Amino acid sequence: MSNAHNEHAHGHAHDDHDHDHHGPVTLKDGFIPWVMRWIGTTNHKDLGTLYLWFAFIMFFIGGVMSLIIRAELFQPGMQLVDPGFFNSMTTMHALVMIFGGVMPAFVGLANWMVPMMIGASDLALPRVNNWGFWILPFAFTLLLSTLFVDGGGPAGGWTMYPPLVLQTGDALPMVIFAVHMMGVSSITGAINVIVTILNLRAPGMTLLKMPLFVWTWLITAYLLIAVMPVLAGAVTMLLTDRYFGTTFFSATGGGDPVMFQHIFWFFGHPEVYILILPAFGIVSMIIPTFARKPLFGYSSMVYATASIAFLSFIVWAHHMFTVGMPLAGELFFMFSTMLIAVPTGVKVFNWISTMWRGSMTFETPMLFAVGFVFLFTIGGFSGLMLAIAPADFQYHDTYFVVAHFHYVLVPGAVFAILAGVYFWIPKWTGHMYNEKMGKWHFWLSAIFINVTFFPQHFLGLAGMPRRIPDYAVQFADWNWVSSIGAFVYFIVQFLMLYNFVVNCIMHKGEPATDRVWEGAHGLEWTLPSPAPYHSFETPPEIPEYEIPTSAEEDF
Amino acid sequence: MTIKWCKAALGSVLGAMLLLPLTALADWELNMPVGVTQISREVYDLHMLIFYVCCVIAVIVFGAMFYSVFMHRKSRGVEASQFHHSTAAEIIWTIIPFVILVAMAIPAAGTLIMMEDTSNADMTIKVTGYQWKWQYTYLDEGIDFMSALHPDSDRARRTGSGIDPNSVPNYLLEVDNPLVVPVNKKVRILLTANDVIHAWWVPAIGTKKDAVPGYINELWFNIDTPGVYRGQCAELCGRDHGFMPVVIRAVEQAEYEAWVAAQGGTTQVADAQVAAATDAVADAPAAPAEEAAPAGLTREALMARGEAEYNKYCSACHKADGAGMPPAFPPLTGSPVTLGDINVHIDMVLKGKKGTAMAAFGSQLDDEQVAAIVTYERNALGNSVGDQAQAADVAARR
Repeated sequence: MSNAHNEHAHGHAHDDHDHDHHGPVTLKDGFIPWVMRWIGTTNHKDLGTLYLWFAFIMFFIGGVMSLIIRAELFQPGMQLVDPGFFNSMTTMHALVMIFGGVMPAFVGLANWMVPMMIGASDLALPRVNNWGFWILPFAFTLLLSTLFVDGGGPAGGWTMYPPLVLQTGDALPMVIFAVHMMGVSSITGAINVIVTILNLRAPGMTLLKMPLFVWTWLITAYLLIAVMPVLAGAVTMLLTDRYFGTTFFSATGGGDPVMFQHIFWFFGHPEVYILILPAFGIVSMIIPTFARKPLFGYSSMVYATASIAFLSFIVWAHHMFTVGMPLAGELFFMFSTMLIAVPTGVKVFNWISTMWRGSMTFETPMLFAVGFVFLFTIGGFSGLMLAIAPADFQYHDTYFVVAHFHYVLVPGAVFAILAGVYFWIPKWTGHMYNEKMGKWHFWLSAIFINVTFFPQHFLGLAGMPRRIPDYAVQFADWNWVSSIGAFVYFIVQFLMLYNFVVNCIMHKGEPATDRVWEGAHGLEWTLPSPAPYHSFETPPEIPEYEIPTSAEEDF
Repeated sequence: MTIKWCKAALGSVLGAMLLLPLTALADWELNMPVGVTQISREVYDLHMLIFYVCCVIAVIVFGAMFYSVFMHRKSRGVEASQFHHSTAAEIIWTIIPFVILVAMAIPAAGTLIMMEDTSNADMTIKVTGYQWKWQYTYLDEGIDFMSALHPDSDRARRTGSGIDPNSVPNYLLEVDNPLVVPVNKKVRILLTANDVIHAWWVPAIGTKKDAVPGYINELWFNIDTPGVYRGQCAELCGRDHGFMPVVIRAVEQAEYEAWVAAQGGTTQVADAQVAAATDAVADAPAAPAEEAAPAGLTREALMARGEAEYNKYCSACHKADGAGMPPAFPPLTGSPVTLGDINVHIDMVLKGKKGTAMAAFGSQLDDEQVAAIVTYERNALGNSVGDQAQAADVAARR
């Protein structure tokens, strides 16, 4: 059953001017036209779909890499791979998951939802949108192909610290160019989001009436524009150090290897918030919906997000407490890092206050959102511990850090992405997923993500360094548990794939109503399900019922 | 069907997890060890303090959340309240965390200031990181040696070695030559590296610091309990990052002095000044002149020595049989370097190859070691060039 059919069924076929009376090209129109549709599309929904499928494929590839890592760490001794290949797996796993998985997934969700939420018909720069997406498959083909070149894939860690990274073989310039391409893609996406939000809001949709997802993405987009060029500069200096005789990062020519770390983390720490702010936005949409209650403290949520974004620029050196900074530097970065707990705490308190005395139901999106609040906060606690510089001297570069950032990235960012897809996919496809299967997916994911990562706290505290392919025998037991958790977590994700493909995409699930969820508010829910190819052809009226409680009422 | 399978998998995994603790109860380590220095105890106390603070906050926050999750359900017939802001609440939960943070920051800053004060040290040891071993230079005693993974661990850790790690004492945490220090002395460590960034870490002393090539970092410790304390390199430094442990043997002063004497070291001031003036990184202990006599060593002696040194320094990458692990680590069997001009071969060992993992071994190996390795590589590992190098040939290429 095609999208077009459903649109006619709902009497909302809006896309007649592009394609004669039957909406976007489907497989029924022939394979080549269908492929060309996806290559040439400038439609925000098509590109959102492409971004999400791309992210899924990258999550799969990065996941397989993590399983290679966990298989080698299953027991002490080197059983499966060479230590050099192990290092390139840890390096590639991070690059693929961060730049290929989480970031494109968030861009995909922004593509789908931002125009619908603000009452626009599409993003402001549709051709740029197409270009921004289609850079990615080339960037990642280039990146992944380095596994087969002379010298093997990059194995110096995703942080690419010199001088080690300069020992990379032929892969080095390929990795650097791939990073440049990813940066261009991210910046085009960010520009598009900003231009769209600032120019295409429906009349009456003032900034402080925008849904939180739109707000968090607006702030994220500014972070992207601010820091992606910094990363590009850092990796370009690596390139010239390797091939053109410069010595930015070599003491032999008056340079400093630690300078790279400062530049990298000036990008890297805001990047951490790029990976989590849209997640905050998604959760801030879902919890009020299923609590049937307005978001608590809307304007403080906006200000907290902005504060976190600002603080993210002045905390970078907490990633490098052990490099030998002056005492004053260590104190400054310790204090500024601890400060981040304040706005982050405000957000957690607001989510719980939103739930408080609500009338909650726990469909799958809500389960993932509550799971996010619980497990992300655990990652926040370990983050607070890591902020204490003297203690960080012990934690630094151990599995404690690995546990910390996987808690904020997997049950944090990834759970929010999953929550968002469960939440919005009925709107996208017009069909509900299977609720029972969704709940199984949540509970198995939530259990096994903890089986995977909670023991890594213990390993780190007991003294196991990160990025090692083999370990002393006293670390064997928790590694064994962690590896089992990783394998089961990976397998469980196919339950979700099956659920979405069969029930939503192949339309075996129940038809979705326009509102989809009883407590849903927002312009996106005034559109039919599935949403028409072009969201709002004319600017909609904004009923009071659809907007979040605004700042004027808050203070 | 999928669900049935999941139930079965869940059951068997949980079942297995329940069984496992019985087999190795002692190793399910949960927390940071307390350590044997003032620093490590303060760090441990800070760690526990912030941990308990987090626990209290977690109980309150998660308590409220789960109370709400269980009580405020539509299925219990709860009508949703419509409140959506409270300025008082927002102010309270901004200020209280801030106060807690300030209360945490004060002791943390105190410990940090104490840790960074390396003044008035009783002795100084320079630690240099190499791929993948440590060099320890006692600046006052004139002692200088390399410390690498113990051969037993090194054999067992090869991919597919077939040796059970459990059968190797202190697997991966044992070295050939540990760092020996006296207890109850403030030991200052000067850290640097020769190739890439490493990090020197022993959990029991409670701190770690990066060893950055071209720069010198400092840390200090004062161990109060004699014993052997083990750690590892903590900064990714290439292929064998996981295989460069740090081992400290802390002994009583008398035993330390005996050890210094046995090493041929001295505590006399005059010698110390000579040693301190020597740049230990660039200047390896040169082979005494009489050993590099014109006649040199016999082929048999060179080959025997060469095999031992090759297995110690080269075989991690180039493999015991010279097959290497292409493309990262090229084979030596039939290689243009091992079959070509012997001087190029000596240079490769002494100076390394820029932009690759081939390190410069000139500062770690003496002339005779290099001569032996080169001779071995040219006449074993499937090669039979027939020529040989003597220490004097190597000295000429330095």
